[in-house]
Amino acid sequence: MNLKDVVKLAEGTPLNPEVDMNVKIRGACGADLMSDVLASSQPKAVLLTGLTNPQVVRTAQIAEFRAIIFVRGKQPQAETLVIATQEKMPLITSPFGMFELCGRLHSAGLPSFETNVPSS
Amino acid sequence: MDVFTALDFQASKRMCPPARTPTEQEAHGRRDRPITDHDAHEINRVEELSYDLKIQDVMTADLRTATPEMPLSNVLDILRINRISGLPVVENGYLAGILSIEDIIRAMEKNDLSVPTRNYMTRDVVTVASYESIVKAMRTFTEKGLGRLPVVDENRKLVGMITKGDITRGILVALQRDYKEEEVRRYRASHLFEDIISERTTLVLRYTIQAGDFTQGGKASSHIKRALIRLGADPQITRRCCISVYEAEMNLIIHATNGGILKLEVEPHRITMSTTDEGPGIPDTEIVFQPGYSTATEQVREMGFGAGMGLVNMKRCVDQIELNSTVGKGTKLVMRMFIPNQTFGGRREGQDDEPSTDH
Repeated sequence: MNLKDVVKLAEGTPLNPEVDMNVKIRGACGADLMSDVLASSQPKAVLLTGLTNPQVVRTAQIAEFRAIIFVRGKQPQAETLVIATQEKMPLITSPFGMFELCGRLHSAGLPSFETNVPSS
Repeated sequence: MDVFTALDFQASKRMCPPARTPTEQEAHGRRDRPITDHDAHEINRVEELSYDLKIQDVMTADLRTATPEMPLSNVLDILRINRISGLPVVENGYLAGILSIEDIIRAMEKNDLSVPTRNYMTRDVVTVASYESIVKAMRTFTEKGLGRLPVVDENRKLVGMITKGDITRGILVALQRDYKEEEVRRYRASHLFEDIISERTTLVLRYTIQAGDFTQGGKASSHIKRALIRLGADPQITRRCCISVYEAEMNLIIHATNGGILKLEVEPHRITMSTTDEGPGIPDTEIVFQPGYSTATEQVREMGFGAGMGLVNMKRCVDQIELNSTVGKGTKLVMRMFIPNQTFGGRREGQDDEPSTDH
């Protein structure tokens, strides 16, 4: 599916201008721990998170996510929006909680890109 | 047909010989076969341009036109001489209708070529506006099954015609213009290691990381990512390096008393990433590799860091990792990534795509 479909399922509101809604989204990762996000090893996914600080954008960018969706109607900090717009990372806010949003996207066919902790 | 299919169709056209355009069926057919990352990459560029380029940028403005009173035999001559299959019919600058070769055939069947164009032209004409994006024209082509569209301005006056071929040409010209600059830059950077002859060439990137500066956190890693891409590094190696370097950068911000130095040394056969700081130092350099072990404060955890997975992630990503620390003196972390077949500089078009994860 593409970002437009994801936003529709999330009943989301795009927050930065000039979001390309046609980019393909291959999977999703729901996490509030940035290391978990970085461990999600496949690119072209959407990140569902409750964190709204600028690090979310940096993390998503490094891990090659294609968009960030904030859960429970959260609005990002102003700095977060500035960095996201600079780095062309789409930010979307969704009224659903993490649990419900994951359920909605997963049951619509979006696979999980979360990976297991490596055994040490 | 949705926009994306139209764009997909457009992209497929670019890869086909330009003389022939695929039918709608072919365009649909193409969607069923797996789209490779290379295709996806191309579509995205074309997609952007489909919104950026305006119809007036690509349309043909130098038009052959007919008038409503012109006899059909004259129109037939214009079509034949110019090797075109239809003409807009214009009255006082406004579009009155369109006459296609099919209309002339209808007239020929009745042996009726001496009558005015008015009698056989199609009056209810689908048009597009000159100030709209070309994606609008593409959509109209596929929705209406048409091959050419008259273009009108804001006053509804005829200003040009647009065909699928015009769109293809327009996109190709724009692509060439847009990417020339970046290509030149990339070319120069990716040939760095070939152009400079030495026994051992190393490119060193150095960044000072301030303690507690969460707002700037990750900025150095972003710069490193851009540099590696421009140097022509393999995308997967770039990704693994950047994840490790980002975790390391955040560690300096979170833990190092006075921040530290993040350094990247790029050589044709390997990339070495290192951080050095002046303390506090790590008492046990083994336990920090255990998943979940963390000394981060509650404040840091609230920001989504300090889950005790940083070094675990780094170890997973790189080929070699060494952590040396003395309490009270400082810590040095060195990570190495070996580059198979010295992929730097050997970059070709399309190599910046991620390896396929789509099946």
